[in-house]
Amino acid sequence: MTDLNHIRNFSIVAHIDHGKSTLADRLIQMTGTVAERDMQEQILDSMDIERERGITIKANTVRIEYPAQDGQTYILNLIDTPGHVDFAYEVSRSMQAVEGSLLVVDASQGVEAQTLANVYQAIDADHEIVPVLNKIDLPAADIDRVSEQIEDVIGIDATDAVQISAKTGVGIPDVLEAIVQRLPHPEGDRDAALKAMLVDSWYDPYLGVVVMIRVIDGTIKKGDQILMMQTGAKYKIDRLAVLKPEMQDIAELGPGEIGVLTASIKQVRDTRVGDTITHEKKQTATALPGFKPAQPVVFCGLFPVDNAEFEDLREAIEKLALNDASFSYEMETSAALGFGFRCGFLGLLHLEVIRDRIEREYDIDLITTAPSVIYHVFMRDGSMIELHNPADMPDLTHVDHIEEPRIKATILVPDEYLGDVLKLCQDRRGIQQDLTYAGTRAMVVYDLPLNEVVFDFYDRLKSVTKGYASFDYQMTGYRQDFLVKMQILVNDEPVDALSMMVHRDRAESRGRAMCEKLKELIPRHMFKIPIQAAIGGRVIARETLSALRKDVTAKCYGGDATRKRKLLEKQKAGKKKMRQFGKVEIPQEAFINALKMDS
Amino acid sequence: MAELPGFGLYVHWPFCQAKCPYCDFNSHVSTQIDHAEWARAYEMEIERLGEETGERRLNSVFFGGGTPSLMDPQTVERVLSSARRVWSFANDIEITLEANPTSVEADRFKSFFAAGVNRVSVGLQALNDADLKQLGRLHTADEGRRAFDIARAVFPRSSFDLIYARQDQSLSDWEAELAEAIAFASAHLSLYQLTIEPGTAFGDRQKRGLLRGLPPDDLAADMYEMTQQMTLDAGLPAYETSNHAQAGDESKHNLIYWRGGDWAAIGPGGHGRLTLDGSRYATETPRSPKEWLGAALNGENPENRTVLSQEEINEEAVMMGLRLAEGVEAALIPQFEEKINNINGLAESNLIELHDGRIMLTAAGRPLLNAVLRELLV
Ligand SMILES: Nc1nc2c(ncn2[C@@H]2O[C@H](COP(=O)(O)OP(=O)(O)O)[C@@H](O)[C@H]2O)c(=O)[nH]1
Ligand SMILES: C[S@@+](CC[C@H](N)C(=O)[O-])C[C@H]1O[C@@H](n2cnc3c(N)ncnc32)[C@H](O)[C@@H]1O
Ligand code: SF4
Ligand SMILES: [Mg+2]
Repeated sequence: MTDLNHIRNFSIVAHIDHGKSTLADRLIQMTGTVAERDMQEQILDSMDIERERGITIKANTVRIEYPAQDGQTYILNLIDTPGHVDFAYEVSRSMQAVEGSLLVVDASQGVEAQTLANVYQAIDADHEIVPVLNKIDLPAADIDRVSEQIEDVIGIDATDAVQISAKTGVGIPDVLEAIVQRLPHPEGDRDAALKAMLVDSWYDPYLGVVVMIRVIDGTIKKGDQILMMQTGAKYKIDRLAVLKPEMQDIAELGPGEIGVLTASIKQVRDTRVGDTITHEKKQTATALPGFKPAQPVVFCGLFPVDNAEFEDLREAIEKLALNDASFSYEMETSAALGFGFRCGFLGLLHLEVIRDRIEREYDIDLITTAPSVIYHVFMRDGSMIELHNPADMPDLTHVDHIEEPRIKATILVPDEYLGDVLKLCQDRRGIQQDLTYAGTRAMVVYDLPLNEVVFDFYDRLKSVTKGYASFDYQMTGYRQDFLVKMQILVNDEPVDALSMMVHRDRAESRGRAMCEKLKELIPRHMFKIPIQAAIGGRVIARETLSALRKDVTAKCYGGDATRKRKLLEKQKAGKKKMRQFGKVEIPQEAFINALKMDS
Repeated sequence: MAELPGFGLYVHWPFCQAKCPYCDFNSHVSTQIDHAEWARAYEMEIERLGEETGERRLNSVFFGGGTPSLMDPQTVERVLSSARRVWSFANDIEITLEANPTSVEADRFKSFFAAGVNRVSVGLQALNDADLKQLGRLHTADEGRRAFDIARAVFPRSSFDLIYARQDQSLSDWEAELAEAIAFASAHLSLYQLTIEPGTAFGDRQKRGLLRGLPPDDLAADMYEMTQQMTLDAGLPAYETSNHAQAGDESKHNLIYWRGGDWAAIGPGGHGRLTLDGSRYATETPRSPKEWLGAALNGENPENRTVLSQEEINEEAVMMGLRLAEGVEAALIPQFEEKINNINGLAESNLIELHDGRIMLTAAGRPLLNAVLRELLV
């Protein structure tokens, strides 16, 4: 157990790509936490998808031992938090477990939208904040301008900002010293009854559920009988460890310390982030306030392309859900798509991550239906329905009005792209709330409907600003608007998977774009195929896919018989990847791609 | 109404003077060919096959390639005499040889005729020099016409091949060229739309996005339609997707393939179909000339054989049979009952017709054969 004065707990907050993971790598490396030969880049990002996309999805932790210049050795616990807005809530929770933050800003880019969003969370958590200017090796680095920005926009003193290059290693010793000297040590009473916060939990295929804790008061040991105060569940601790970042067993953890335990817990769902852990026999008198669980905001249907894989899909989803309490699912049936699941996600990235994992780790091809937010449908009889699926839209004669979720979006953008960003936000039914300047960059705040943001807003924003804009949002509440259900008909058959709620004023352009896209995505058939968008019975957009005119093999002699038969076998297999709507076959990729808009 | 398909022998000669950029046939360029060894290998293969098939009457022999007109006429002669020894020849046996129209080869036509060949199929491919060059051909249009003149004078039956829907070819270009072709054609004509095959020079160029000027599908469809009409008007109707003939002058050999008959295949990369002891086998020999030659000369059976299930036999029969104007017996469609809706749908869309238990493509259905097959078989 470590004495409180020799502990520092901190997280790193940064906009994506400003160097959070690289800095973590350097801290780990320079303190010899991981042997040089075991070092790999972005060592805290453990999922394939995290490494591939260069993003952190789950919070990760590492315990670093640092012999400081004052001759004393300190224990530094770093919690690496996710940078993407989908996981903002997860960030805010992990912040409660530490006392300070390093605010990393790319000195060549300056403050960005996620810098703001994340640093405000740190401020809300009463953190001491040390500004760190990264990438000073870049010629474009402008230390004075960015320091000024930090002071003007965020309002924290940047005179003592640590200047570093996480890439070359310059300034890393200064970061370590600043952590020790400028961040507060935790407080706690080691003689009091055990009080520890459940910071996070995840499923490990070898160890089962692993629970990360921050001890506040008292001490915890292997073999202890513990009680989770909110859930009332009792466990015996099988294993107690710290993360370096590999698990290393430890005899005891005391106040201020961060570690993990295993205790034959079956599912992640049995644990609740923010819960208070105490000893069964000697309980703490005051439980922590706890957190409210993360709520899914985006919903879509996931169907196996091959109906025969439904059970495999069920198994995959159940397994993933065990490890991800913020992901919800329930069975759904569709006339055209058969059996599948309606799933809820924290955002579109979360959706893509889960979908990728099902396709990759479980080898199941999926059809993803149009993502939807939760609408509040107020009925004439005064009741309210939470609509997760446009297919469930009640008969309009019974509907009084519909409300949709809105967000507050903060976008930072270089001047020259401001016009394009404003146009994009206006097109997406945004209401401007604020427009200020942070140095040479404009900061726009918009009130936007979430449903205009879920498909491709972020992609569009990146493309109209050549990647220079940054974006962050938070949910604000519900508001009534003129929303309608738009259906897509292919060869006069409605395709439910493509139904969506849209604003009446946006329906025509949305419908036209969908029909045009589908015309490209559906292969020609032997007959011409009308593709229509309709509201109720009224067609608002229409395209026609002309009939296939030529598909014949010019020469076919003795040697080609075998080849043709093999092709036939392939086509039989390929047919499983198509879905039949009436006489029309729609390929799997068409569903999600039809939703992506060019403007 | 279809006749019985009969029994054929396919002989593959795998060598060419140069490789054409569109061609995915098993053809190789080689300067060292021991013609006597090849003749010997073919003879041994015929002996071996004869022992397995027993006594059968041969309706056709086809020398295909590659470029069989580069064979030593003596090899052709030796193949034919051992085939006659092993199987008896039908009175009206058809013996075809594929020929390239360079002058060197045209001179040898007489020797091939003397060796027993009675039908020749000449690969003219195009009737203008610019397009021949683009197709990588070694002969000019004039050489082609002259070679065909000799061929038709020497052989009782003759045919030539053209490839159309070429790069930068317009509908009217093809109309003029086809009119010229029809004017000097004999009783049989093969007209293939250019197919870009993977693994060929054109295929690679297409993959890299560098193959320009190919007609879009709609134009290719118009070309096909026009071809059907012009040949019909000229008395050379299509009896198969790409083959045209006056009645009675169809290629007997190719009809064996399309009608689901038996044929033995010798030479590298040869595919055969043989019914032995009540089972139908797909046979296939190694594509490498060296490998095949070595095995054949060693008296080893170079074939790879697989038994076809009844369903596979029927699928093949439908795939091949629907290429023919005469169509195929409808009952051969596997799971016919389950396909009845699709069949009716195709008939309503005027893509197929049903007569006397046979199913055949209409003029509208012909250019959509693969799509029709997907409905019937997939
Ligand atoms: N030139 C330079 N590049 C850096 C530095 N630190 C990080 N990077 C690069 O910036 C990119 C994003 O870094 P990463 O650590 O993944 O950022 P994160 O998204 O905040 O975790 C990577 O390509 C890093 O190699 C630095 O100090 N200098
Ligand atoms: C075995 S090949 C060639 C015979 C002979 N070696 C020649 O080139 O004339 C038979 C015929 O198939 C046709 N052919 C070959 N490759 C083709 C392709 N990629 N597309 C269309 N027709 C092709 C040509 O018309 C060719 O004459
Ligand atoms: S088209 Fe004929 S000559 Fe050209 S490579 Fe093929 S087989 Fe040989
Ligand atoms: Mg990262």
